[in-house]
This record gives sequence, structure tokens and C-alpha cells, in this order.
Amino acid sequence: MKKVSFAHMGYSYLGFKQLVEDMGFAAIVPPSPSPATLDRGVQYAPEFACIPFKMVLGTYLEVLEQGAEIIITSGGVGPCRAGLYGMLHEKILRNLGFDFEIFVFDPPLTGLWRFYSKLRRVVRGAGLSWPAFVDVVRRAWAKLKLLDALEQLASNTRPYELKRGETTRTFHDCLKIVDQARNLKEIASARQECQQLLQNIPRDPGRHPLKIGIVGEIYVMLEPFMNLEIEKTLGEMGVVTHRSIYLTQYTATDVLAHGTMDVRQLAYPYLNQFVGGHGQNSVGETILYARNGFDGVVQVAPFTCIPEIVAKSILPRVSQDFRIPVLSLTIDEQTGRAGVETRLEAFIDLLRERREQMEARPYAALLPGY
Amino acid sequence: MTLHIGFPTALIYYSHFPFWQGYFNRLGVEIVTSPPTTRTILDDGAREAVADACIPIKLYHGHVLTLKDKVDALFIPRMVRINRRATFCPKFLGLPDMVRATLTGLPPIIDLQVDAGRGLLGLWPTCRGLAELLGFSLGTAWPAYREGNKHQRAYEELLRKGYLPLQAMARLRGEAVEAPSRQPGALNLAVLGYPYQVYDDYISLDIIGKLQKMRANIMTMEMLPPRRLFQLSSRLPKRLFWHFSNLVIGATYHYLQQGDIDGIIHVTAFGCGPDAMVDKLMELDVRGISQGKVAYMSLSIDEQTGDAGVTTRLEAFVDMLHQRRENR
Ligand code: SF4
Repeated sequence: MKKVSFAHMGYSYLGFKQLVEDMGFAAIVPPSPSPATLDRGVQYAPEFACIPFKMVLGTYLEVLEQGAEIIITSGGVGPCRAGLYGMLHEKILRNLGFDFEIFVFDPPLTGLWRFYSKLRRVVRGAGLSWPAFVDVVRRAWAKLKLLDALEQLASNTRPYELKRGETTRTFHDCLKIVDQARNLKEIASARQECQQLLQNIPRDPGRHPLKIGIVGEIYVMLEPFMNLEIEKTLGEMGVVTHRSIYLTQYTATDVLAHGTMDVRQLAYPYLNQFVGGHGQNSVGETILYARNGFDGVVQVAPFTCIPEIVAKSILPRVSQDFRIPVLSLTIDEQTGRAGVETRLEAFIDLLRERREQMEARPYAALLPGY
Repeated sequence: MTLHIGFPTALIYYSHFPFWQGYFNRLGVEIVTSPPTTRTILDDGAREAVADACIPIKLYHGHVLTLKDKVDALFIPRMVRINRRATFCPKFLGLPDMVRATLTGLPPIIDLQVDAGRGLLGLWPTCRGLAELLGFSLGTAWPAYREGNKHQRAYEELLRKGYLPLQAMARLRGEAVEAPSRQPGALNLAVLGYPYQVYDDYISLDIIGKLQKMRANIMTMEMLPPRRLFQLSSRLPKRLFWHFSNLVIGATYHYLQQGDIDGIIHVTAFGCGPDAMVDKLMELDVRGISQGKVAYMSLSIDEQTGDAGVTTRLEAFVDMLHQRRENR
């Protein structure tokens, strides 16, 4: 049985694990990113590659040592560098003497035939029929969607929890339940069960938490280790967070009732050009959060990430025009948790003050002379 | 009264200025360029621009600042594609927006898009747009466009003959400069990198001048026909996304094939996104393809890079290459 692995990105590994196993391969589940993983990546990666590149390289080194023979990953169309990472990862790893196969899937629309022929090789290798493969994908997709929904639910619950840390603990229990669910029916009942668990967390409904939107580059946003668990940290400081990207994107379109296209359109007055990655989205989403009454926005960006640097240079103007404070966090291998927490605390203090001022204003108008 | 349009002496200045000079001149519009880079220009740019930007982008902001009170409008085209093969670095794509959001008190910015990816018409759509914007008839714009092309062709021809960009421009202005001639027996070095990084004497710390003083023959990517460079760049399993990066990679392969090159020096900006990849590819391929016969050095430059440090590294590199030759 071929051993197949993939990159670690947030909690999606559960979905991909299922996908690979259902196809009849042995899944080498990438270990959760750790400082050691990062160190190894940093050692062999170019100095100015972004931290996702380094982290993924470190992960590949780990899974290859565990015996992975095939790596499956996604490509891209540019002009963001991520679209070329597969090629460079492969070159670096081969140069280190590893022997493996890598399948880099570029978006199908950039080359339908190439996409199809790669897919066919993978599916043939698995010995699956196409209908069976479609079923496998549907199951994995259902799982990914469930994971996204639970993550969002946890973020909404955390600021209300009575016992600090309980939501996160429960969420991790949920991950185990989700991992066990293998077919669509089990996934559906796992959804019921986990939602119940999260909803049963004792909470104080009287709180009025701040609302912060998180924008930025997808990998650092989705991988808690990379963003120093920003959602947990903010949640436990009493903030509801909303991430602009979920892997299956459904919340982004449901909750905010807008697709990516509109987000880009919102960005036009400030950034009238697709610059790759999520650069334009970061600008548009900040505007969207401002319009939806959020108190602030945090941008998370890997150091040297080109699209996010473009966005970062534009965000101060957006912040001024839409009166929404924006905090930009640039993340590299030196970024420390303590530093980030201090900056987040200061940011939250600022947001609280603003909110109090805004709440005080209507009274001032009502009772002139006081 | 003639219209004065500002053109910062940075980024695409080194690759495309002659075209725009020809075009605007013919229209009767005066192009005002910023003075050569100085410490102050760089410092001003670095202070204003977003901290994580690379030095060429910071520098661009600085050049815009020197022009802003002297011109009626600034010409900051949005460079998307000039051929079908690749786009520009995302920082070029967002350049007018970055400048607009970062600097205040600017004159109007002309940020027409240059996207020659689809048609065969090259820069004409942009020129047509410009003419409409500035109130010229298409009948005036067309000869101006042709004039621009003529200038650009003359410029590129000079580059291929071995003139360095600033020399070639001086030559176009009618000054009597000569291209450096190749010295037999001297070291042959390819100095590769993005033109706005390599040929700005200030931010490149005049690497080429320094090497010439050490009596080396300098080869650049501008000395080769771009078509050939693009062909060579497609040797990679997946072609790079960015225009200049493909030229650099193509030139690397070309000089590796040429056989008489002692070393390749890659000049790159600290924190440059595309170069994180280009540099690694060059390092691996120079070593792999030449089997260690061609030496490779990468010089990454930021605002703090000191002149002395660069000189030392270049000297060490050159000494090493001389020794190698003797040992051969
Ligand atoms: S290619 Fe590199 S040096 Fe040029 S603008 Fe982009 S990041 Fe800066």
C-alpha cells in the first residue's frame, strides 16, 4: 500500500486523512507543526521564503522520514509565490536525496487536461473507479465543512465561557469525534453531537464582547501554530473573532452574505488590481468588516509575503476612511507569543475605549448641558 | 503651457524609460525625471513606505517625493504584463495604489494599466488611453507611439552591444560614451538581477563599477535577446510568474551554457519575494549544471548594507576566482 502524505493546514488534516485513507492509501498524517518542524524547514529553505514555505518544507521532511512515498499538494496561478512552491520544495528535497513522487494540483481552469491527467494517475494508482472516487471526495468535503463550522462555533462561544479554556478543550474533544466519523451518516451525527457539546458549555450571556475580523494570508490564518493561536487568545480575552477565510469558504459567504467577487469589488477604490494571494481580499474584507459593525480588524501576514505587503501599505488609508482600527501582525520564525499577546492586549484596550466613547455619545446628545 | 509629467528614476525607468520619453516628447509633453538616488531620497522613501517593503519599492516612494511639487501629474503606470509570458511582481501590480495610500499631497497620478498580455498591440492600448486622458487626438498619438517604439528599439540595441543602461541612455541623448570593451584574459562575470536594483548606482553600491575596477568583464542579462531568455526560462518544470525573474533565470542558463564564465553574481533586494525562489533555483542549478565549475555568489542589499562590506565580499570572490584559474 502506497504511503501518501500532504501539508498540514489547520484542522483540515482530518479531512485529508480521510480522503487519502478512503482512496485506499496509507495516510501519513503530518504531525502538528512544532518549533522543531519549523527549524528544519528554516534550515533548508531560502532565507526570504515566507514562513508557510518553511513550515511546509519542514513538514515534508518529517513525513518523508516517516516513509511517505507520495505527496499531494495544491499549486496556484501566481503572481503569488505559493504557486511555485511545489516545484521548489521538490527541487530542494531531491537535492537532499529524498526519493518520492509529488502531485501538485494547479487550479483546473488553468489547464483542464493537465489537471485531469494528474488526477487520473492518482485515482488509477488507488485502483478506484470514478464514481467511487466522487463518493470519497464527497465524504472528505463533508468533513472539512463540519470542521469549519465547529471552528466558527468555538470562536463564537469562547468569549462567553465561564471557565476559561473550556471551549478549547471541548473543541479538541470534538476533533476526536469528527475523526471517528467515517461516512456521511456518521459525519452528520458527529455534527449534532459536537454542536451540542459546544452549546452546552456554561456561559455568561450578559457579556458584550468586542468583534474582530481576521484577514490576511490563508496559511497563517488557518494554522493556529503559525498565528500563535490568535483566535483562542482573542477569544479568551473576551473577543468574538471572525476569520475571512475558511477552507470550504462557506461561512465567508453565508455569514457575511457576500462572495469573493464582491469583496474584490469593495477593494477597487483602494486596490484596483488582483495582486495574487489574498492581498486584494484583505483590503476588501476590512471594508466589509467595517460595514458590518465590527470593532476592529487584525491582519496576519507572513514576513516577505508580497500580496500582503501591498495590502498592508493600503490598509492604513482604509482604516482612516472607514474608521475601523487595523492591527497588522507580520509573522516570521522569530515572532514570539509574548510580543503578539502584548500587542493584541493593547489593541483590545484601544477598541474598548472606542466603544465606550461611541456608546456614551448618544446620551450626550439626549441630555445636553450635562 | 506645456504639461510636465513626472517619471521617477526607479523601477521601470531602467527597462522602459526610452519608450515613454519618445512617446511623450513627440506629444509635446515634458517628462521630468527625478535626480539620481541619494541618501536623502532613499531615507525619505524608507520613512514613508511600509516597513516590510523591499528597497526598490521604498526608493520609488522617495523618488516620487522629489517630484511631487515639480510636476502637473505623476506617471505611475500599473505594469501588469508586457508580453504573454509573465506578469510583474505583485508590488508592481499594486504600485499606484500603494503610492496613493502612503503619500499625501501628490499631484494627480496617471496609473493607466500596461497589459499587453492578450493583443499584439503592445503598449498601444495604454498610449491610446493616455492620449484620450491628456486630450490628444489619436492621429497625434499613433506617431508618438511609433516614436516611442523607435527609441526603445535603439535603446535595447545599445544594451545588446554591451552598453549598460545608464550609458545607453546617455548615448541616446547624444553623449559620446563607449561601451566597455572585453578584455582578453580577464575574469568573465555575469552580474544578474532586476535592472532597477543592479543599475541604480546608489542602491547597488555600484557593484558593476567596482568589479570593472578589479578588471573583470561584466555580462548582464540585458546583453541577451529577451526572446532567448524566455525560451531558456521555460526549462524550469513550471515557468516563473514574474517578468524580470524569468529574464534572470534565462540569463543564468544562458551564461552557464556559454562556458567561458567564471562566476555568476546575483544582486538581490533584502526581503524580495520573487528572489527568495529565484536565488535558490540559481544556487541549485549553477552548482548542478556547471558541476561546480562556475562560482555563485548572492548579494542581498538593504538600506543598511555598507559599501565596505560589499567591496570586501567582491574582492574575496574575485581573488578566489583568480586562484581557481591558476589551479586549473
Ligand atoms: S521583484 Fe523583488 S525587488 Fe522587485 S519589487 Fe518585487 S519584491 Fe521588490
